[in-house]
Amino acid sequence: MTSLRPDLRIIADNVRAGSRVLDIGCGDGALMAALRDERGVDARGLELDPGDVSTAVSRGLSVVQGDADVDLEGYPDKSFDYAILSQTLQTTRYPARILDELLRIGREAFVSFPNFAYWRVRSSLLVGGRMPVTPHLPMLWYETPNIHHVTIDDFRALVADRAITVEGEWFLAANRPRKGALANLFAEHAVFLLKR
Amino acid sequence: MADAPPLDQRFGLNRQIVLPGPLMLDCGAALSPVQIAYESYGSLNAARDNAVLICHALTGDQYVASTHPATGKPGWWVRMVGPGKPIDPERHFVICVNVLGSCMGSSGPATVNAATGRPWAMDFPVLTIADMVRAQAMLLDHLGIGTLAAVIGGSMGGMQALSWPALFPDRVRSAVIIASTARHSAQNIAFHEVGRQAIMADHRWCGGHYYGNEEGPSSGLAVARMAAHITYLSEEGLTAKFGRNLQDRDSKTFGFDADFQVESYLRHQGISFVDRFDANSYLYITRAMDYFDLAEGYGGNLANAFMGTRTRFCLISFDTDWLYPTVESRRIVHALNAAGAEASFVELSSPFGHDAFLLESPEMNRIVDGFLRAGGLS
Repeated sequence: MTSLRPDLRIIADNVRAGSRVLDIGCGDGALMAALRDERGVDARGLELDPGDVSTAVSRGLSVVQGDADVDLEGYPDKSFDYAILSQTLQTTRYPARILDELLRIGREAFVSFPNFAYWRVRSSLLVGGRMPVTPHLPMLWYETPNIHHVTIDDFRALVADRAITVEGEWFLAANRPRKGALANLFAEHAVFLLKR
Repeated sequence: MADAPPLDQRFGLNRQIVLPGPLMLDCGAALSPVQIAYESYGSLNAARDNAVLICHALTGDQYVASTHPATGKPGWWVRMVGPGKPIDPERHFVICVNVLGSCMGSSGPATVNAATGRPWAMDFPVLTIADMVRAQAMLLDHLGIGTLAAVIGGSMGGMQALSWPALFPDRVRSAVIIASTARHSAQNIAFHEVGRQAIMADHRWCGGHYYGNEEGPSSGLAVARMAAHITYLSEEGLTAKFGRNLQDRDSKTFGFDADFQVESYLRHQGISFVDRFDANSYLYITRAMDYFDLAEGYGGNLANAFMGTRTRFCLISFDTDWLYPTVESRRIVHALNAAGAEASFVELSSPFGHDAFLLESPEMNRIVDGFLRAGGLS
């Protein structure tokens, strides 16, 4: 088994076998390949970067080059069991609209993102007075694709505001699972399973 | 391989068959008999499930990976088809068919109408892309091929490859559509009309009845080719290749000779084209492309053409292709998504415009190879 990024591993372990999945921002298809090979999942992908799309297609995956902000509307309602958005929400122009789209297309949705309220990020900003650069947020402010930084508590508020139910939540720190207590301070990364 | 008849006259280079037909055409006419020229490479396996149909573009032909009999040039897609290539005769049974209406051995305006004993000329029925596809299916019946492992084509070949799963959903498992479109745009039709008018304005066209004459409408056909050729290239590509460079001279001549390299190049493209192509065929095939709008037969909704399809699709476009730009491929992809089809799509970067699909593109080969192998033929 190839080593999946930890947030992808959590998603892979919690997708029902044999389900239909749309992976939005699927990169080179690592999660899709794992879902296909380990769980017999019918996985489709959407990815912005042409190099990643080429790699994914050449490994036999069905991936379409496109932009989550504009290319989701063609997918019919509830055409997938899961819509997955991993480490992509914070790069989209309209994150709230994307959330709605995820739960229109998928019966459930997995969303993972780096937590901007993680204590190292906070201290970097507090002490250094500069936009944080951490292992999960490795790029400088003018190079990062992350245009909508979000914290776990922000995300919870958005989800509650849009009448979305949290069906499951997982947190990571230093790439290891950790409990939910004080997650907004101590989790570097969060994975949510959502339903409407 | 051992099960394939070793000396089956149906298979091999430079094949031609006359099928009784009739082939019912979209215009209402019935074509009978139907003459079809084609080539095949490799062997049909025992399960008869390794056939790959390659569809050629407007002025292409069946010589996809063998020497062209008229020009002596290598096949038009040897970069994609051959030993070690994504389409490999070692693994695939490769078929390429000269489209109906063309002039390389399949029924077209230059072939003899059995009823009159003279070339059809403009009495040949007007064709559609679907007619070309139905003729290919008729040939597959003759060859004993029920289902294609894959159909693949670029440009007009892509229109055929896209039409295959819509017309014969049970006969094609994978479809690769490169640098193509689901319908001809007003701009596409406009450029073709310029070409057709150039041919028909040539006094040697004679209403299409030039076959017995010393010379056909070669000037008109050359101009048509020149105009079309511009649409196959990109501004970036033309600038890189020619810029404003002068042709074999140090200064402008203040005349109308080919002062610029780009003029000389286009003239050469036009002149060499008339040696290998029939002007009436050019009229008929461009007409078929202009009539192409796959959604038209499905209430204007392209997704309906693919509802419930089990065919896998792979689409590739090129960023400098302004003839069939990426947005056209994306329209197809959106329709396929709406139909729940298994679809892949990528826009590749190339400076060469529409013609990029015929040129060296390791990325295109990597994608096609991976896509075909995932379809089950490795």
